[in-house]
Amino acid sequence: MSSAIEVKSAAKTNPNINLTLPDSAEKEGSLKTKFSIKNLSAWFGNQQAIRAISMDISEKQVTAIIGPSGCGKSTFIRCLNRMHELVPGTQVEGLVKFDGYNIYDKGVDPVLLRRRVGMVFQKPNPFPTMSVRENVLAGLKLTKSEQIKRAPETVERALQQAALWREVRDRLDEPGAGLSGGQQQRLCIARALAVEPDVLLMDEPCSALDPIATARIEDLIHGLAESYTIIIVTHNMQQAARVSNRTAFFLLGELVEFGKTNQLFTAPKDKRTEDYITGKFG
Amino acid sequence: MSHSTLRRKLAERSFIGLCIAAVALPLIILIVLMVDVGIDSIDRLNWSFLSSYPSRKAEEAGIRPGLVGSVYLIALTAAMALPIGVGAAVYLEEYAKRGWLANLIEINLANLAGVPSIIYGLLGLKLFVRTIGLGRGLLAGACTMALLILPIVILASREALRTVPLSIREGAYALGATRWQTVSQVVLPVAFPGILTGAILSVSRAIGEAAPLIVVGALAYIAFLPDGINSPFTVLPIQIFNWVSRPQREFLDNAAAGIVVLLVTMLLLNGLAIYLRNRLQKRRYW
Ligand SMILES: Nc1ncnc2c1ncn2[C@@H]1O[C@H](COP(=O)(O)OP(=O)(O)OP(=O)(O)O)[C@@H](O)[C@H]1O
Ligand SMILES: [Mg+2]
Repeated sequence: MSSAIEVKSAAKTNPNINLTLPDSAEKEGSLKTKFSIKNLSAWFGNQQAIRAISMDISEKQVTAIIGPSGCGKSTFIRCLNRMHELVPGTQVEGLVKFDGYNIYDKGVDPVLLRRRVGMVFQKPNPFPTMSVRENVLAGLKLTKSEQIKRAPETVERALQQAALWREVRDRLDEPGAGLSGGQQQRLCIARALAVEPDVLLMDEPCSALDPIATARIEDLIHGLAESYTIIIVTHNMQQAARVSNRTAFFLLGELVEFGKTNQLFTAPKDKRTEDYITGKFG
Repeated sequence: MSHSTLRRKLAERSFIGLCIAAVALPLIILIVLMVDVGIDSIDRLNWSFLSSYPSRKAEEAGIRPGLVGSVYLIALTAAMALPIGVGAAVYLEEYAKRGWLANLIEINLANLAGVPSIIYGLLGLKLFVRTIGLGRGLLAGACTMALLILPIVILASREALRTVPLSIREGAYALGATRWQTVSQVVLPVAFPGILTGAILSVSRAIGEAAPLIVVGALAYIAFLPDGINSPFTVLPIQIFNWVSRPQREFLDNAAAGIVVLLVTMLLLNGLAIYLRNRLQKRRYW
């Protein structure tokens, strides 16, 4: 039995989500390109983490990135909002066009870029001195956004979207770091959503969540895809199959295959992709 | 019970015993000292001791100029050393590029923190009293003290900043915060309790120092309060030192009472800082 079939059967257990892709996937040809990436390489010191990656990521689509641990998935998405360069001794080469502008051009301010390209990290990182409410509003406060005037609505909307509102609505003034690990992760999602970015980069957002919270986050991703461009790193292939329109498979820092999700999972073109999704390694 | 378990238990017992002894010894010495000082000072500790000026007659002498001088000096020292020290730590930790220069500064800071205080007194005398021309007043003393505790403040603040995880900073950057916004609104609040601890330690050190102030020109006998920033002054440790060096027994009791005042001042300051720190820490969870 091939694991592509397993993927399908796993998807069926969640009635809200079906494997057949949203309609938008069919008219992909007409979609605008959000990120156009050409020969992107990145290093930690002398060690190259990703090698000459080229791919186009469409607007208002969910793009999943899969691959074995250490293959450069996190590094890749961290290059898309210029977080990679915050680590001392790192280096980036290549072209990343965001809405047609190269984000690595001299004149580009990474701070402004990051306001439009939000990020949820692999490990939850709520701000330890802030309450739940302050955590959600942190982005608006830090950047002195005008939107802070609508703070109560923003808090509720962001927490609703992150499927956390019901659990914390009576605890908004308690410390954010006092929540459970999964709640913290959803708090970080709410924090990223509160600033209303164009793009949301999610680095294994569900790795600390139970199946119910995971399902809610997946619903959220579906909902958000109508207005946001989402790039999600995941170790869970069923999840990639459930939520994404397109999937990219990374191996040893290289992009092996990138295509429509159902095609990649049911009829992979590359032998290595097939081996990975059928569980032969990784 | 097997032989080896027995030995392990024995080893554990003796280790615990050693640890208890290590705690007990300084505690006992401290208690003996306190009791001794307490007994000697009991007759002299009263309001008039706090509110009188020094005198040739031991029973009339008081500690007022020393107490007021110490408080002024510490306030001035903290006002100079803490902002500069924390600022320097923030710069070194958050902004400065890593490299040989940073390493050199790092080594020098650690060394400066260990330089004997009398050396700072000589530096203060040359730099603040003579070159800058502040005279032998409160300000020159406070500048010297600020120099003395600056390395400690910087080292402790850097240590506190370093304990703030990278992931927290990245969280702020990912929201589109600038470096300054990240440092001032996210990193510093998290590091604040640690910074405050460093401030407590360094200010406590400054309260007890006498040597550099003697060099800079604090007076031992003074019959008025400082009336300005350049006014001559004295501090508690110098006053105590002065009394201890008198031959008459009564002055020794004055010294004992002075020591109690010094200790209480120190404890009050530390208590205040610890109270502030705990209040801030209450809101912090990891
Ligand atoms: N801070 C760092 N310093 C040095 N090397 C690093 C650092 N972070 C990652 N690497 C290296 O870069 C490569 C890619 O790492 P990356 O974190 O992008 O992998 P990943 O695909 O996200 O893995 P995982 O699924 O485990 O999160 C790995 O070989 C890793 O060892
Ligand atoms: Mg990763």
